[in-house]
Amino acid sequence: MTDTIDDIGISTTGERRAVVATPGTTPEQDWVIVARGLKREYDMGGEIVRALQGVDLAIRKNEYVAIMGPSGSGKSTLMNLIGCLDSPNGGEYWLNGMLVSAMSDDQLARVRNREIGFVFQTFNLLPRATALQNVELPLVYAGIPADERKRRATAALDSVQLGPRLHHRPNELSGGQRQRVAIARALVNRPSILLADEPTGNLDSTTSQEIMRVFEELSSQGQTVVMVTHEPDIAAHARRVVVLRDGLVESDERRARFVDRVGIQHSTTKVAHD
Amino acid sequence: MNPLEAVRLALDTIRTQKLKSAFTLMGVCIGVMFLIAVVSIVNGMGVYLKDDLVGKLIAINSFELRHRPNINMGDTDEATWREYQRRQRLRDHEVPAVVDVLPQGTRYAVIADNNLTMSSQYGGGPRRVQVVGVEGQYFEIKSLEVTEGRLFSPQEYVLGSPVVVIGPDVVERLFPNLNPIDREVRINGLPYRVIGVTESQGSAFGISFDNVAYVPLQAPARRYFNASPSMIDAVMIQSPSEAELTETMERVRQVMRVQHQLRPGQKDDFALQTADSALEFWNKLQGYLVLAGVALPAFGLVVGAIVIMNIMLVAVAERTSEIGLRKALGARRRDVLAQFLVEASTLGAVGAACGVALGVLLAIIMRTVTPLPTVVAPWSVVVGVLVGAGVGIISGVYPASRASRLDPITALRQE
Repeated sequence: MTDTIDDIGISTTGERRAVVATPGTTPEQDWVIVARGLKREYDMGGEIVRALQGVDLAIRKNEYVAIMGPSGSGKSTLMNLIGCLDSPNGGEYWLNGMLVSAMSDDQLARVRNREIGFVFQTFNLLPRATALQNVELPLVYAGIPADERKRRATAALDSVQLGPRLHHRPNELSGGQRQRVAIARALVNRPSILLADEPTGNLDSTTSQEIMRVFEELSSQGQTVVMVTHEPDIAAHARRVVVLRDGLVESDERRARFVDRVGIQHSTTKVAHD
Repeated sequence: MNPLEAVRLALDTIRTQKLKSAFTLMGVCIGVMFLIAVVSIVNGMGVYLKDDLVGKLIAINSFELRHRPNINMGDTDEATWREYQRRQRLRDHEVPAVVDVLPQGTRYAVIADNNLTMSSQYGGGPRRVQVVGVEGQYFEIKSLEVTEGRLFSPQEYVLGSPVVVIGPDVVERLFPNLNPIDREVRINGLPYRVIGVTESQGSAFGISFDNVAYVPLQAPARRYFNASPSMIDAVMIQSPSEAELTETMERVRQVMRVQHQLRPGQKDDFALQTADSALEFWNKLQGYLVLAGVALPAFGLVVGAIVIMNIMLVAVAERTSEIGLRKALGARRRDVLAQFLVEASTLGAVGAACGVALGVLLAIIMRTVTPLPTVVAPWSVVVGVLVGAGVGIISGVYPASRASRLDPITALRQE
């Protein structure tokens, strides 16, 4: 197996095994995400659903990882845990050297605010607020003063080529533009990870390509990106693909190998829908 | 998130949902409006009674020694009234002892009065006029001046000369288009010479204070004032300051008790009437009226509170995904709680502000189109706004705490 230019900076299987294998120890600094034996169960009216049954996952700074899996595989649950929206029933989750799995609700809110940049399938912009106000939102909760907020939000929107659309409301923007506003909002607090949940799920193929290019660019600038998707051709944009099945990691491999295995033709240049 | 941010957010939400917010505000608005209006009516009545009515009847820092109070605002019960009837009248000969105990600088006047018939040969028929026999510094105490002619000279007081100073209404009726000075007028048939005309003293409740004539107490008309010419109606006493007033009243009380040979423990059989004592009943009544004025609109405010709570619950349900998003972006429970609490209390406060504006407007309209002399009480404005905001906070607590407890994952999933 030969490394392509794409694979530079990707953690090796051996490194990952090593960092996951020692429960209770704080991972080294360049590991952004370390999950050891992560478990999550739900009580659905007396029936216990085991959504995650012991997931090991390690992601290093600057990696671009896609998490795939069919529905019911546990990928949404994993993404909620990675995004600090939920706490595991078992195992441990280290985010940027902090043991998140032991935190209270308010501490989790703070971590979400500082460390995670969310991008959602349905964009989740506030409909009555302008692009600028939407992007300012995380800074409001970070307690940043108004001038500084405005400056940083404007810069973030500029970086996704929405400089001329600062004062447009979401209903005055196209789907792709809305998602770029959401990306600007995710990045404005300079988070450790950009966490995207089916970011192209509500977009047509051309716009999906556009958004994927934005992600690639961010990744090339050093941003750690974690993307949850059920579409293999979207997952193939990432440099590393983790596949879940029945609450466990089924495979965790480089793009090249994933593409070979799944059989996607033009992963980086063209996404063929239908 | 700082509180200012929360208020800005709340105002934004209200601005973007104008119609819904307007309906939400209405309950509080109407409640506060009536609070302001009702209080301003009651307050206006009070100010009117104090300044215009009693203020005109009883001069500043003064009191009247009478055998019984002559200003009764309906609080005298039957037994008291009968006791009043049995009291002996004040007499001439009791006055010197009272004057003796007055501190230096104190003014006093002796009064006897009655409604008598006045007529003149120049026109108008006979007219009932309040004729006041005065002695002492009556005009100084009342700060009453003449617009034409002059007041009585010391000799006229002493001699009881048949001279009269008349009010503007009497001039109008008995001397149409004439200068009344030095002309003759008859009081119950007795001839008097007009020497002066007083300035206007206004009116209260549509009753003019200008249908009045003043004569020296010792003048011939005295026989018509009371059953006996030696009876007087009041001794009017004015202290130079409020502080001295109490002391003077006490001295007068003691000297009167001695003259009436009252034993310790026996009640006074005379009255010392001040502006405050005349207004005592009104002050009591005003308390009840204000209470009613506050209690009735309170029902409106309860309705307003329920409306706000309802709207806020709807808002929480409608904005579930917004709440989820805010939590995902780092809002803590208390941030969400504060957001909805501030929103509810801002709604309440804005509603109250509308209510204050409308209430003041209503008071002004009532003052112009009805005879009700409304005066807006500043405290009612403050209370109105505080109550409005309070209603907002109280009705916002439950919806806000529901919002703050939403699970971000479930909330985000909701479309």
